[in-house]
Amino acid sequence: MNLSAINVPSRMPDLSTGSRIDEVGINERVARFQSRSIKTASKVEALRLVLSMIDLTTLEGQDTAGKVGQLCQKAIHLHDAIPGLPHVAAVCVYPTMVGVARQALEGHDIKVASVATAFPSGMASLAVKLDDTKVAVEQGANEIDMVISRGAFLQGEYGRVFDEIATVKDACGDAHLKVILETGELGTLDRVQGASMLAMHAGADFIKTSTGKIQPAATMQVTLVMLQAIKDFYYKTGRMVGMKPAGGISKAKLAIHYLVMLRETLGNAWMTPEWFRFGASSLANDVLMQLMKQATGVYQSADYFSKD
Amino acid sequence: MAIPENKLAFEGGWQYSPAPESIDHINLKTKYDLYIGGEFVAPESGRYFDTVNPATEECIAKVADANEADVDKAVKAARKAYNGAWSKMKAAERGKYIFRIARIMQERAREFAAIESLDGGKPIRESRDIDIPLAAAHFFYYAGWADKLEYAFPGRKVKPLGVAGQVIPWNFPLLMASWKIAPALACGNTVVLKPAETTPLTAMKLAEAIADAGLPPGVVNIVTGAGQTGAAIVTHPGVQKVAFTGSTKVGRIIQKALAGTNKKYTLELGGKAANIVFADAAIDQAVEGIVNGIFFNQGHVCCAGSRLLVQESVADEVVQKLKDRMDTLIVGDPLDKNTDIGAINSPMQLEKIESYLEIGQQEGGVMHQSSCALPDKGYWCRPTIFTGVSQSNRVVQEEIFGPVLAIQTFRTLDEAVSKANNTPYGLSGGIWTDKGAKIFKMTQKIRAGVIWANTFNKFDPTSPFGGYKESGFGREGGLHGLDAYLNLEA
Repeated sequence: MNLSAINVPSRMPDLSTGSRIDEVGINERVARFQSRSIKTASKVEALRLVLSMIDLTTLEGQDTAGKVGQLCQKAIHLHDAIPGLPHVAAVCVYPTMVGVARQALEGHDIKVASVATAFPSGMASLAVKLDDTKVAVEQGANEIDMVISRGAFLQGEYGRVFDEIATVKDACGDAHLKVILETGELGTLDRVQGASMLAMHAGADFIKTSTGKIQPAATMQVTLVMLQAIKDFYYKTGRMVGMKPAGGISKAKLAIHYLVMLRETLGNAWMTPEWFRFGASSLANDVLMQLMKQATGVYQSADYFSKD
Repeated sequence: MAIPENKLAFEGGWQYSPAPESIDHINLKTKYDLYIGGEFVAPESGRYFDTVNPATEECIAKVADANEADVDKAVKAARKAYNGAWSKMKAAERGKYIFRIARIMQERAREFAAIESLDGGKPIRESRDIDIPLAAAHFFYYAGWADKLEYAFPGRKVKPLGVAGQVIPWNFPLLMASWKIAPALACGNTVVLKPAETTPLTAMKLAEAIADAGLPPGVVNIVTGAGQTGAAIVTHPGVQKVAFTGSTKVGRIIQKALAGTNKKYTLELGGKAANIVFADAAIDQAVEGIVNGIFFNQGHVCCAGSRLLVQESVADEVVQKLKDRMDTLIVGDPLDKNTDIGAINSPMQLEKIESYLEIGQQEGGVMHQSSCALPDKGYWCRPTIFTGVSQSNRVVQEEIFGPVLAIQTFRTLDEAVSKANNTPYGLSGGIWTDKGAKIFKMTQKIRAGVIWANTFNKFDPTSPFGGYKESGFGREGGLHGLDAYLNLEA
């Protein structure tokens, strides 16, 4: 085995020493981010940036071509009452809906992200999970959001989790891979850190908090742990990895706290949709309402903002 | 971890717009007299001095300069109040007055916070979230002890001492006033207090609150002035108890002056605390603790973690992450809610800090500062670290009282203990490790009055605070804090 000092991202990291995250310290740092006061010009800039980072999402059993088509329409026309708005980063759907989304978004610079690997549970054979991935890729998905095998991780089978991620990464071809850790099932911040390192070493382009299907979904605490893991990985290997908190971020104010956290942890290079996404379904309308308020001085009724 | 070529970019990009705390609501007079015998009276000398906003260098108000005659007046008023209403009052009634003062402080919290930042330079985020709430908490806490003193010292008879003369510093003006006044009153004493000359305003606002609380005249007297006023209070024969918080240098002078008298006294002096980070610490959270330890309140903290002792195997990683974090600290207008580091309290203090920056570099230390912008007017110092220094350096030995951290490495626990204790000071310390047994071992070996584990700068009225060695003696806060203000008989 080549034991050279050059850091090869695809080698499995040693998780046996365990990471050390102090939860009290994490909570305090998060509280500090939440006490930042973002006003006037910096608030408008932040709101626009948030919009550009949204992965507009529908992942329901009852999704249909009609529903997905309307969501894509929303992605393209967030709120025509405000001219010059940025568009969302992507639309996120199930593999069987990728084709519909691709067609609806034809000609627009909005990505199609697809969940895969037996989302959300990941409880299927590797063959099935790879097939799921291939369907999405063949249908034209630009990004794949996979889930890790939490059961295997909790059983300590880190090698298996690592190999699955690496294999799915291969199956993605040109598509970018987001690895969902499902932090709400991992139990401790130390495990979140460990899973983050595992995923990044296995080739993840993005690490993502949650499927959004269980509670708790994204929190500022797990996000901070993951951002710090990304920093450590960047310092070690020089490779940037993106981050996506998903689920539970429905208010603009909270999204802005996340941007403060991102800015002060990883700095300016990550402050773009290329490296940071919000997995959200109802966040956009609150952001739009806040933008209208900044522009006009008043809050409009929610009825003025389309629900697609 | 290797030092990265890849750098994180914190300069430029999305910036936070100004978010100033409004000061329309605050009530400040242009001139403040002395609060003696329940009234605001002009100083005998007729002299007033300016108190200046260190962020703008503008004069905020004129404040009376008390001379010996004024101090004598105040001590006599305190003695009269003690003999009169206060010592005769039922303990529970005393408690009610203290509680009322606490309530008023809380109701006027916003105003107190804004004035504290204006007068002293600390960020509004700190005065609003830490100083003022803690100050009120001390009054709330000690209000409860007033009628329970027998339970504090079972089997002993408790009696107040009489008149307490108290001198406080400029780094936590209102908080230090409450640390002094609340326990003194709870134990049945009366008070003559002098705030620091650069930060008299919140003490004068406290005087107004005390007057509004209807506290019997003369129970609390607040006289403003500089060093000579403080000396007059401390040496006045009518004072039975002295409480001083300030520099070790002045503490020595006071101790000399009081030796041979029968005054009881407590001193809370300087520090040069070691913040110790082990290789098995939660590193990112430890870095946050280091930042909190030395940059909180611009480093104007007696218990500041001004020496970092980092285990050698993680030193590079810790220093790199510390530098990253320093790049995100905002130095600026104390009244801006996003300011992390405010103004240095006075030109004298800034000069002192800058001389140490010179000394540190001349001694061969490597100085690193963040590169943030600074306002044109006012007194400012960027967050600073020194590497390549050791216990022999003056910047490692002497208290700088500014946002300047001296960094050393260590290899073993015993070496960390040895370096941590290798100082005449002994006020506080911090230990960062994930190993519980190590925390207990370290806390037993480190000679300091307050030791934090995996945190720093945590205060609570129930928790006694004070030093070993030349950091002083006596404890403030908690049950221990009552001791200094009572005569205990069998």
